[in-house]
Amino acid sequence: MNAISKEKAANGGEWAVEATGLVKAFGANRAVDGVSLNVRAGSIYGVLGPNGAGKTTTIRMLATLLRPDAGSARIFGHDVTKESQIVRQLIGVTGQYASVDESLSATENLIIFSRLLGLGRAESRRKASELLEEFGLTEAAKRPLKNFSGGMRRRLDLAASLIAQPPLIFLDEPTTGLDPRTRAQMWETIRRLVKTGSTVLLTTQYLDEADQLADRIAVIDRGTVVAEGTVDELKASVGTSSLHLRIQDQPDIGEARRIVERVLRVASSVSSEAGKITAPMADADRVTDLLVALRESGIRLSEISVQKPTLDEVFLTITGHDAQGEAAPAAQASDRDRKEEVIR
Amino acid sequence: MKSTTTVHPGARLKNRTSFGQSVRHSLTMAYRGLLKIRRTPEQLFDVTLQPIIFTLMFTYIFGGAISGDVASYLPVIIPGILVQTVITTSIVTGVQLREDMDKGVFDRFKSLPIARIAPLAGALLADTIRYTIATVLTFGMGYVMGYRPDGGLGHVAIAAVLVIFCSWAISWIFAFFGVIARTASSVQGISMIVLFPLTFLSNAFVPTDTMPNWLQWFTDINPISHLVTAVRDLANSGTVGWDLGISLIGAGVIVAIFAPITVRAYMRRT
Repeated sequence: MNAISKEKAANGGEWAVEATGLVKAFGANRAVDGVSLNVRAGSIYGVLGPNGAGKTTTIRMLATLLRPDAGSARIFGHDVTKESQIVRQLIGVTGQYASVDESLSATENLIIFSRLLGLGRAESRRKASELLEEFGLTEAAKRPLKNFSGGMRRRLDLAASLIAQPPLIFLDEPTTGLDPRTRAQMWETIRRLVKTGSTVLLTTQYLDEADQLADRIAVIDRGTVVAEGTVDELKASVGTSSLHLRIQDQPDIGEARRIVERVLRVASSVSSEAGKITAPMADADRVTDLLVALRESGIRLSEISVQKPTLDEVFLTITGHDAQGEAAPAAQASDRDRKEEVIR
Repeated sequence: MKSTTTVHPGARLKNRTSFGQSVRHSLTMAYRGLLKIRRTPEQLFDVTLQPIIFTLMFTYIFGGAISGDVASYLPVIIPGILVQTVITTSIVTGVQLREDMDKGVFDRFKSLPIARIAPLAGALLADTIRYTIATVLTFGMGYVMGYRPDGGLGHVAIAAVLVIFCSWAISWIFAFFGVIARTASSVQGISMIVLFPLTFLSNAFVPTDTMPNWLQWFTDINPISHLVTAVRDLANSGTVGWDLGISLIGAGVIVAIFAPITVRAYMRRT
């Protein structure tokens, strides 16, 4: 039995990450304000949140790059502050900004990281070419990274994190700024990683990315976890998709809204461009009833569409403010009141 | 992708890095520094041009006034300019370290299970190549201008190694500034303020006996003066004196103080 599985056994093989009450403040700004996370070994865990929510700071604390001001975190049972050098042997980190050496070539980068991880000269060379092959970078191996595209850099970055085959891999926004094709490739790579037994903790701004990859998701906002659960649980809380109806005759909107709420048995809202009703669509089948009911009441629709929940909606539902955090809840409430007056 | 559980077969995970590992990690980081110099040779401009220009300039400006003629000034100025040039070069170490640390790759170094001192020690070690270039060029320039050190090639070589070693030691001071400063240009600024008094308030360019007493007192205790004297003794007469001992002790003390505080500042700055 090797060291890692021994560690896992000692730990019941359960948790790759156990964090409780992590706090990190930069001056007056509490970037992370009491984050607790538990990540089961062998799973993909998504940390979802807008820019500045504290995702990167959380990852940096878990990856021993930042010392938490309060709270504690353990990686496979090892404390990140007291046993940081052990933790570093168990993790791979791929940062938001490629953490590779710009002035060197891809091969040189990988050889240096391999050497630092204790591999011999020949072994490092072999490992480097093996990883370059696997990530489709062989042709560019000798070129300096300055000439690399964003996607190639990310791939190299991920390759560098896998040299020691760590059991836990942190990916900080692995696909931000990548084109759709490269993003799909990245997702494929991440899935393959987990099949080989690794645990992945990734942060993302995109709900669909978390949806595609993660087994569990924590939604993080202003430094705190505002929701946690499986992808299905999280989606259920916002309604799988939302139904948008545009009414032809403005005066009908009050009546239309009442019908929507009665038939779908949900709370609806009227969007800022008056004449548009938005309602969560938990059961697609009921929409048929709704359309029939609207026809019977003589309400004419000009447009009907179904939208999958966006991160913004998840946020709106969970936190009461949008993902950018610009509109304060109070302002929104008064906005809504005003609209309701218009309706009346 | 193969099994992920083959990291350290049989070995128990340790929370400490051994001394041997630290040395190995530092050497790998030095290798990285050398690769970087090879990739961007233009960063060697300063170490190539400065010895040539300074040696020419100072020799012809001060030569006649101080020693009567240029030829008899050469044994005085070459060791002086050598020490001044090479130590000035070591400022670049701090500046480049600052620039380097701002790049993403340092995040990876920090997340790797390597000795914390390695990224710093490696960078400093790689920079001795710069000091070597500056040393060789200064002596070469002196030779072209007619400097024939009486100590012979062997002693000149020992003097060169001494200067390179002392500059490496002093570069820890600039590395410290590099770690604590916010920008690369402020490193340059602070370092110059430290370095100018040290190199000019010494016996590097002129004999000290015409200076006022209080200044003589400073030049006498200035470690740069001792280093310059040690180099003069070695190169010009092939002798080894107390000044060599004082220089080595001084270098040792600098490393003993600045290496630990630099590493500590580096670790805190995350």
